Amino acid sequence: MWRDAFLVMQKDMKIELKSKVVVNQVLPFGLVVIFLFGLAIGKVNTSALVTAGSNLSNGGALKDASAGLFWLAVTMSAIIGVQRSFAIETQDQARDALRLSALDPAGIFLGKAGALLIQLAVLELVLGLCASFLFGMHIVTLWLFLLAALLASISLCGVGVVYGALASGARTRETLLPLLFFPVIAPVLLSATKACEAAIVGNPASGMIWIEILAVFSLCYLTLGIAAFGSLLEE
Amino acid sequence: MDLVIDFQNAVFISDGYPVLTGVNMEVRTGEVIHLRGSNGAGKTSLLRAMVGLIPIKSGKAIVLGHDLASDRFDVRKDAGLLGHLSFLYDDLTILDNLRFIQRISRRPKDSVADAIRRVNITDKLAKTKVGRLSTGQRKRTALAALLIRDYRLWLLDEPHAGLDEHGRYLVDQLILDFQSEKGTVVIASHELERAMAVSSRSVIISGGSIIAAENFVDQTLRDAPDRYLGADESTIANWKAKEGSFDVA
Repeated sequence: MWRDAFLVMQKDMKIELKSKVVVNQVLPFGLVVIFLFGLAIGKVNTSALVTAGSNLSNGGALKDASAGLFWLAVTMSAIIGVQRSFAIETQDQARDALRLSALDPAGIFLGKAGALLIQLAVLELVLGLCASFLFGMHIVTLWLFLLAALLASISLCGVGVVYGALASGARTRETLLPLLFFPVIAPVLLSATKACEAAIVGNPASGMIWIEILAVFSLCYLTLGIAAFGSLLEE
Repeated sequence: MDLVIDFQNAVFISDGYPVLTGVNMEVRTGEVIHLRGSNGAGKTSLLRAMVGLIPIKSGKAIVLGHDLASDRFDVRKDAGLLGHLSFLYDDLTILDNLRFIQRISRRPKDSVADAIRRVNITDKLAKTKVGRLSTGQRKRTALAALLIRDYRLWLLDEPHAGLDEHGRYLVDQLILDFQSEKGTVVIASHELERAMAVSSRSVIISGGSIIAAENFVDQTLRDAPDRYLGADESTIANWKAKEGSFDVA
């Protein structure tokens, strides 16, 4: 299983390195979303933009919502990442190639989730820096933020790959995936936001309960994916 | 000779619709079978069913000893499908695609170079992204992928389509080479002359069922259609009406 997972992850990463879709399309989309959130909630101060160290914030409102906005931007970008991850499998019936490959379905699931996790980590790093600049989001307890980001990302990738496989077999895959993905990921979004808020204010004690919830969701979604991916791929 | 494919009254369902109904078919080791039928007759579905891509609803379907009713996954280690499309990743080069296949099938590294050589892909072309290839070049790459895997059964869906004359000859040669290595082949093709040239037997499918079989070795069967599966003339006439292109070469 692990060997199969590594090969699939390596293949997906190689495709990304050659096509650069995440870098050229998904990342700019995430940045635009972050900027639009700033415009919608904050008071736009264009002169502040050109001043080093300034941000879009009009004070507390944007800063208070920064963790939630960051995770919304990550989730919306993740949807595109998941769609891309399965678009490469539907080109030229490559999905059938995966089915015919006789690879362990659990290995395929872990491999695709692993590649998505690496791409999401890059995305979160850039979007986090952008949110920090635009929203004035300063993290006090970094380890808590990183732990929340890791667990939330595992959940996003687990759910994304499960529903990506499910939706990729449907003719309406583009519209079906967000419809399936967002309701299921809502608890993860909430927990990640709360944990990151605790990291921003420097209160790890209040963040730990959300970390525990995130850990449970990560475990559940990974287990579900490993167990069900073979059947989903065959649908 | 061992039975490679053994279908008895096999019914296959796809999206709740019975795409193949009551298929009876036996193929033995080393045979090259030409699967004939009009568009939509069920040729592609039958090939996909043989490799477990379409689930069986009832009847018996055993391929290379794997009972498709209870296990339609393990057969994929031994049977390879070459479809209308090439099952390749557009963003990867030919070499990357083939190396991926070599790794997942745990074949030796030199199997890639050997396969590339056998389908006449140049070193320069091997470094080209599959998305930039012509239909014929894609088909050659897909054939190379088939060669890398250590299959015992090839299921070829229109293998000559999109290829130039040299490519078509190459396909024929690869089929004959595979047969000489005790490989078994089922070819779905509208190109009767080409397919018949390498086949030992023809099976005709219509409306998702096998309606006739013809043994090329026994010329009397070609000349006497009423001997097809022991059917009488009125049944043959019905088949002809259904099939449209049911003319024995």
